Amino acid sequence: MSLRRPAKDQPENFEFNSSSLEAANTIVSKYPKGKQQSAVMALLYIAQRQNNNWIPLAAMKYIAKFLDMPYIKVYEVATFYTMYNLSPVGKYFIQVCTTTPCMIRGANHLVEACKEKISENECELSNDKSCSWMEVECLGACVNAPMMQINDDYYEDLDKDKTLKILEKILKGETPKPGSYRGRVNNEPENNRKTLMDYKNA
Amino acid sequence: MLKDKDRIFQNLYNDLGSDLISSQKRGDWVDTKELTDKGRDWIINEIKSSELRGRGGAGFPTGLKWSFAPKEVGSRPHYLVINGDESEPGTCKDRDILRFEPHKLIEGCLIASYAVQAHVCYIYIRGEYFVDGQKLQVAIDEAYKKKLIGKNAAGTGWDLDIYIHYGAGAYICGEETALLESIEGKKGQPRLKPPFPALIGLYGCPTIINNVETIAVVPTILRRGGKWFASLGRERNTGTKIFCISGNVNNPCNVEEEMNIPLKELIEVHAGGVIGGWDNLQAVIPGGSSMPLIPKNKCETLTMDFDSLMAEKSGLGTAGIVVINKDQDIIKCMARIARFYKHESCGQCTPCREGSGWMWRMLERMAKGEATKDEIEMLGDVTNQIAGHTICAFGEGSSWPVQGLLRHFKKEIEERNNLDLIVEKKNTIPYLVDQHLLDKKNA
Repeated sequence: MSLRRPAKDQPENFEFNSSSLEAANTIVSKYPKGKQQSAVMALLYIAQRQNNNWIPLAAMKYIAKFLDMPYIKVYEVATFYTMYNLSPVGKYFIQVCTTTPCMIRGANHLVEACKEKISENECELSNDKSCSWMEVECLGACVNAPMMQINDDYYEDLDKDKTLKILEKILKGETPKPGSYRGRVNNEPENNRKTLMDYKNA
Repeated sequence: MLKDKDRIFQNLYNDLGSDLISSQKRGDWVDTKELTDKGRDWIINEIKSSELRGRGGAGFPTGLKWSFAPKEVGSRPHYLVINGDESEPGTCKDRDILRFEPHKLIEGCLIASYAVQAHVCYIYIRGEYFVDGQKLQVAIDEAYKKKLIGKNAAGTGWDLDIYIHYGAGAYICGEETALLESIEGKKGQPRLKPPFPALIGLYGCPTIINNVETIAVVPTILRRGGKWFASLGRERNTGTKIFCISGNVNNPCNVEEEMNIPLKELIEVHAGGVIGGWDNLQAVIPGGSSMPLIPKNKCETLTMDFDSLMAEKSGLGTAGIVVINKDQDIIKCMARIARFYKHESCGQCTPCREGSGWMWRMLERMAKGEATKDEIEMLGDVTNQIAGHTICAFGEGSSWPVQGLLRHFKKEIEERNNLDLIVEKKNTIPYLVDQHLLDKKNA
């Protein structure tokens, strides 16, 4: 199990803005009547997006009221799932996959690059407070290893130099292009594809 | 090698586009009504005769699973849930289906919902695949617009709504009952079985849960016939499968191939060979991280299907093949997998919550050569204390890779770790008994 703690400095109040409120109502309507508790995961995401990439306790209380469920149940969900950030992570949140398939293709070089450019320790904000990084478990892009995720986007087929370049762009406030950084197309084998030949470059 | 025309996922590499019009050109949605008009029993029998086994890891026969759904809808509605919580290290097949073949999945949802009499289908996608999930959402919106789903879906007379539910980074939610808990808005902790979800599942209603790949192949099987699918592969291990080949190979890739294909062909032909040549191969994890590894000497002749891998005391799992060559430290690789399981244990059952951490710490010590002689046996004992003593299969999944390491690489561990015992034993007694109590008389 992973240990997760809420941040020490918490804002007093939280409320959905109008666009979040609209999105929340659409999501609640997806589930049967009386089962609105199902929407809690999606609503936590909405709160996280609205509140600069992290969820304060006030947001959990607000969502509990919104869905008419006990606060502790929302707290349970928010602390159980690792994608809910319980403390500030900055505008850009970098997650480096270091599980075995990425590890044997050199994920440690990506970690080195993050240490050089962002912060010495994981889950620590950079000097300008704009980003932080973290080692995570398998992100499910193993044939594109090593890879990392920045906010929602996947950056694949990396090495140390490419990672450093991506991080430099991010520190300048730009969003680099997601996808493979070795110029390959999706998950096809490089150089010598043997299948679905009729469609190649179609 | 499988002929191109027998490949189900023609757009695996997105050469053709994933939108509705391109999908229809590939044969999706052309005669959905004719398929459903043949009736529920025909659909289920055709899937049974195709011998399709679930592609999510356990390999349970899909037709049989569907037939468990109650024949009549009672007071409780039926649900169909699609498991797209693909988190097994080494596996990335569902992601390509979600982003490049979404209409195969949506059409499969309609047919499966019709077969098990569900009007609502939830597709559970892991939170990290947000971008890919959005692509699926675009395809769903497109299908609603063309009346392929919704009221009277595709003219079949069946009403179906499809919703996406995003996970949030919990591996355990790939377990079917944990996934249901997660959709209900709770912590993803597995339920005891029985009752099985087919009778008491989502919101206490009958629920059928299938993997993304299983559902996405259903329309093609029905169009080309169960016999065609059963003619591929071998008996009880039929059809095609997407293999993900990652790790120390020259061209890591996803490829759809026939079941029972030799492992060597997959690695040499499709993935461009092992880095440093075939002789540099050390071991292969054949089916995602939870399956025991297989050493090189067996890889020469190994064929990839459920039963032949079972015979090697491993398993096909999700068919995520991780190739490890001799440049890697095998103990370290397994220690990292143990760390994965320690991180992802849901914490509900004590043997798994505590044991996964023990295994990780012992393996880390063994990788550094800091373990004592007796710890190797102790590690094996710990794995046996976990496997089979937990609510869900996570206990097996976390201890099998360690057992595989001990089975095939015991010598390597022993060579590196021969520190003397911390406590010299006078008698042969189980290590769980406190030594000092035995030394004292009348204790």
